Formats: sequence, C-alpha cells, structure tokens
Amino acid sequence: MPKLVRRGIEVEEQFTWVDEINPAEGLPTGAIWVPLVSWLNHHAACLAHSAPVGVYLQPEEDPALLLPTLQQVSAIAVCFPAFHDGRGYSTARLLRERYGYTGELRAVGDIGQDQAYYLAQVGFDSFAPHDETRVAGVLRGLQDFSDGYQSTWARPLPYFLRRHEKP
Amino acid sequence: MYQYDEFDRRVVRERVAQFRDQTRRFLAGELSEDEFRVLRLQNGLYIQRHAPMLRVAIPYGVLSSRQLRELAGIARDFDRGYGHFTTRQNIQFNWVELPKVPDILERLAEVDLHAIQTSGNCIRNTTTDVFAGVAADEFVDPRPWCEIIRQWSTLHPEFAFLPRKFKIAVAGSAQDRAATFVHDIGLHMQRNAAGEIGFKVIVGGGLGRTPMIGDVVREFLPAPHLLTYLDAVLRVYNRFGRRDNKYKARIKILVKAMTVAAFAAKVEEEWAHLKDGPATLTAEEIQRVAQAFVVPQYETFTQPDAAFQTALTEVPAFARWVKRNTHLHKQQGYRAAILSLKATGQAPGDLDADRMEKVAEWAQQWSFGEIRVSHEQNLVLPHVAERDLFTLWQAADAVGLAHPNAGLLTDIICCPGGDFCSLANAKSIPVAEAIQHRFADLDYLFDLGDIALNISGCMNACGHHHVGNIGVLGVDKNGEEWYQITLGGHQGPDASLGKVIGPSFARAAMPDVIEKIIQVYVERREPEERFLDTFRRIGIDVFKERVYAKAS
Ligand code: SF4
Repeated sequence: MPKLVRRGIEVEEQFTWVDEINPAEGLPTGAIWVPLVSWLNHHAACLAHSAPVGVYLQPEEDPALLLPTLQQVSAIAVCFPAFHDGRGYSTARLLRERYGYTGELRAVGDIGQDQAYYLAQVGFDSFAPHDETRVAGVLRGLQDFSDGYQSTWARPLPYFLRRHEKP
Repeated sequence: MYQYDEFDRRVVRERVAQFRDQTRRFLAGELSEDEFRVLRLQNGLYIQRHAPMLRVAIPYGVLSSRQLRELAGIARDFDRGYGHFTTRQNIQFNWVELPKVPDILERLAEVDLHAIQTSGNCIRNTTTDVFAGVAADEFVDPRPWCEIIRQWSTLHPEFAFLPRKFKIAVAGSAQDRAATFVHDIGLHMQRNAAGEIGFKVIVGGGLGRTPMIGDVVREFLPAPHLLTYLDAVLRVYNRFGRRDNKYKARIKILVKAMTVAAFAAKVEEEWAHLKDGPATLTAEEIQRVAQAFVVPQYETFTQPDAAFQTALTEVPAFARWVKRNTHLHKQQGYRAAILSLKATGQAPGDLDADRMEKVAEWAQQWSFGEIRVSHEQNLVLPHVAERDLFTLWQAADAVGLAHPNAGLLTDIICCPGGDFCSLANAKSIPVAEAIQHRFADLDYLFDLGDIALNISGCMNACGHHHVGNIGVLGVDKNGEEWYQITLGGHQGPDASLGKVIGPSFARAAMPDVIEKIIQVYVERREPEERFLDTFRRIGIDVFKERVYAKAS
C-alpha cells in the first residue's frame, strides 16, 4: 500500500484509485477515489457503493460543481500534476472557506517538503506525494514556518489581529 | 522607516533556514535541477552567464544607512566588490557562489533584509514613488500601504505558484512616479469626497513581449478592504490565468481575453465573499504601520539659507546639480537629492562597496539615515537641508556621484543585458556608454532637457524600453546584435508605449541614430517644449525620414 501523510502522521492508502467508472460493469470493491466527472455522471451508483467513495479534482476543475453533493463525499483529493501549478491552492481554500467542507482534503501528485507548509495552510490535511520517498520530507516541511502574516484556513486570523497575544 | 519586530524577523529567519536546507538538498542531489530552479528563483537566485546572480529585495526602495553598509559588506565578501541597482528598486549581486547564498541571506537577515520573492512566479517586491513621503505634490504617503502589501504578500500560501510573476506598484501623488500603468496591479491613492483614503485599482499593465497599459477595474476601493480585494484579484488570476504558454501567462492577457468589464465583474464576485472577512484591515493596524513612517525631526527654516543661495550664484556646477538632481520637498528648507549612478563609463545602476559606504555615511549625516533606490537606478537622499547641500555635493563630486544628469538623455535606464544576463539578445551596457560618450557636453544636455532613454537587452524589457521617450531594444538578427528603436514611450499619469520607428540598427550606428533623432527634436521643438511633447505634436514620420534618409 502506498504511503502518505494524514493529519500529521504517516499512514497507508486504503482507497483504490479509479480512472473512470462504468456502472454497468459494477464498481471496484472497497474504498475508491473517482474523478469528479464520474462522481457527477454516476452519482447514484457512487452513493450505492458499499464502501467510501472519494472524489478527485484536476487543477482546472471547478470545486463549485461539488457543492450540491458535498455532504455525500467521503474525501476530496486535489491533483497537482506539476508542483508549480498553483491552482489547487485556491481550490482548497474555496472548498474549505467558501463551501464549508470539513472532511479529509488531500493533495496528490508532484508535491513534497517544499510545498507541504503552504498546502497545509490553505486547507489540506493529507498529502500523497506521487513519489513515496517524499513522505518524510512532507512531515518535515509542515514545520518550515511557525507562523505567517496572512489569514488562511489553518489560521483564520491574520497576524495583525493576533499581535497583542503573547506567544 | 518601518522597523521589524520579533515576528517579522522570525519569518525571515525561518525562510533562511528553509532555503539553507533546500540548497543543501540540491547540492546533495536530493532535489533535481528543475525542482530547485523554482525554489531558488523564489529566493532571488538566478543562474546567469558567468555565475549565479542574487537579487535582494529593497522593499519599496527604502534603505537605512545600516542596511546599505551591510550591502557593501556583502558586495565585498561575496561578490566582486560592487552591486547593481535595478529598475525595480532592488539590488543584484552578479558574482555570488551558490553554496554561499544561505550565508548571504543570513547576513541580510541581520539587518532585516531578504531576497524573498525577488523572482519567480509569485508576488514580487512592491514598488513606489522614490520621493514617497517627501514629495511636495503628494496627497497620501504610499509607504505604509506598501509595507502592508509587503507583509500580506510575503510567503502568501495561496499564491506561491502563480501562472507568472506579479508586480504591484503604489503611487501617492498626481505625478505617478511609480509607473503604475505598466504593472500587474497599479494602485493610485485617493481621497473620496468624505476625505477617506482609498485606491483606484488598475490591473493588467505590463511591459515584456506584449506591452500594455493597465485598465481601471475599480475607481475607489476603500483602504480597509485593500487586502481582501487583492486576494480576490490574485485568486481570479491564479485560477484562470493561462499556464500553457509562459508568454501569455501574465494577468494582462487574462484581462484582455475576458474583457476588462468581465474581469472586473469576476473579481467583484470573488470579493463579495472575502469582503469584511478577517483580512479586512483595522484602523489600529493601519495606524500601527503608518506610525512607523514617522516624520523625521526636521529643523524649522523660516528663510532661505544664505550660504546656499550664495553657492547657487557663485558655483555654476553646483547650481546645475541642484537644478537637475534635487527634488522639491514637503518640508521648507529641505530637498531630496539624487546621486547619479549614470556617470559615463560605468554601467548604469552599478555601485562599488566603497561608495555604498560613503552614501550610507552621508545619509546618516545629512538625511536622517535614510536612502532610497529609484527605479531610474539612482540613489536618493530623501531629506537633505538646503544648508547641507553644498557640502554633500562636494563630497559626492569627489567620488563621481554628483553627475548632474538626473532626467537627462544620459540618465539612461539600462538592464544588465548580454554582459551578464543569459536571456539577452544583445548587450545593453556598451550601447548606453556609447550614447553617453556622444552626448558628453553638459550644456547641450541641459538644453535638451528631460529625455528618458531606456535600454533592454531583450523582449523581457527589464530596462523598460517601451516607456522610454526613446526606447532601445536588443534583437537578434542571424546571431548578430541589433537594436530596434521606439519613440514616444512615457510613464506617468498619461503613460504611453513607444512606437517602433523602423528596421533595427547595428550597434556601431546607434550613437549616430540617436543624434539624428535629437537633431529633429532640436529643429522642431517650440520654446520650452519637452522631447515627448514635440514627438506627440509632430509624430513619428519626421523622425523616421531623418533616421532612414539615404546619404546624398
Ligand atoms: S531585458 Fe532581457 S537582457 Fe535585459 S536583464 Fe531583462 S531578461 Fe536580461
């Protein structure tokens, strides 16, 4: 089972990654990740599935499409085909801050130590680098900064509103 | 000046530690060249023709004497004893060694300087009017707002991986000395009828391959909403800006593709959700930052300084320098003094460590310990009493920093070009030098008056050639260096982009070509008319005819 980081600890992946589903042939057994299009097109089949179904989004996909069924997904993943494509950061904030999603939000793909902190700030709480050897780096990267100026999902109050608090 | 507190320092220190580890992993082979490139660029580190280049941020162009001394020390200890001031009010060191960069960053951090986001596809150093806070024609001091933007943009987690670089400029006076119309976002400080401070927001200007003048997307943004609105603009850009083609990835392309109205509507829609959220600025925070820019303890001068007046009449060279290189000040009896880094024979914007230290000392003595870097690549001492100008001038003249050419034809804005930059099509420094040699006669230069000549070594336009009254662009013609000329560019409230005059020229021909252009101006100008105004009145054809006339 591939390794990943969830809520600060290293765990093994329990879901199967599915590229496309065909309800006529039945869904794979066990927990699965399905693409957004499959989720939307075969919604009933997904709901009828006996195990959890997570939905993954590509960088260009609009998270608003998930809004009507947000309560029904078991988890959401956002794909980072290339780490320098930063669209997924905005996707995460929209899901968390605008649409009020509270379940697992996973960053998947070309991510590692040097993205982990930013990803965690915008709303990701699980991290699955395509390259498993990066898992240890992700855990380190989460500690890169102890604080920041901005209002983020992880720290809604910007520093200027917390200036007077004692550390 | 804004003073870092413990929090500001901690952010910078943690960034240095992060970069030290990234460098270590790269050198150990744990990070690939491609991975490291993006990371090092976000820390201002380029790999150039001869060596890596480190670009250090000078937030909105403001430096203390202590900081300038440290820059001098770094130039000496890690470079070849000099630095290059850029058109974005930063400084570059052209000869650093990669493994030593973390040490340089640590030295910078000791004086509250850093290289965060000085390159890469992220929000860059915010720039402003070099005379911010002192200009006589200013209605709101832009510096506190620049500092607020600096903090907001520093390591903003949502916007570290934008489609392309992103530059913000803020102007606080009608003159717009910050070129806000050619930035990704330009902010014009305003007061509404009720006297409240706010911003006119201009989006989508830029130079480079597709130069464009920005469009107004919001006439008045009340100041407390600055950050939520910037978040909205950046989010729309981050999500919808093109990423398939780096030449079409700037926000200007998105704005044009969507149309300004649709883009503005999209931003408003996004902003509706963010408005009044936690990032809304409080009166207390605005006050806290503004207080950092305290007015120095100026002396009160009730009448003109007699010795200054005498020197003006008795020493023509001094009078000339005062006329060209000092700027009117809010405070009676004070001036902002421009130290020209454009003497003939030196690369525009370059300054050696010894003279950096001298400038730091003069600032301490005569300018409340403060120095500014102008986007014309000169240094400015922002608060010099008229009484002290003569002594300053003598000191500056003794080390070649009193060249009285601010704003004149030889005050050339010039990118590092083919001598350093690996992207260059052509060298730019030797062209600047040849032109400076041709126009060495100061009386003649004075008579010509304000002419902005800007040179870039390639389409990336770091030398802002599109907004030079005379713009020079290095082009590659079958492996040879040629130069294309544009006329009529201008930065300011009535900004315009230069028009190409015609086929390009070989380097050797450049001084002659510039001379012909100047001749047309001299023949056709009306009394007191600037080059730009003559050009706007008579058009490009007259210039074209002269420049391309066959020798008879
Ligand atoms: S304009 Fe081109 S040549 Fe000049 S510094 Fe920029 S990238 Fe290099």
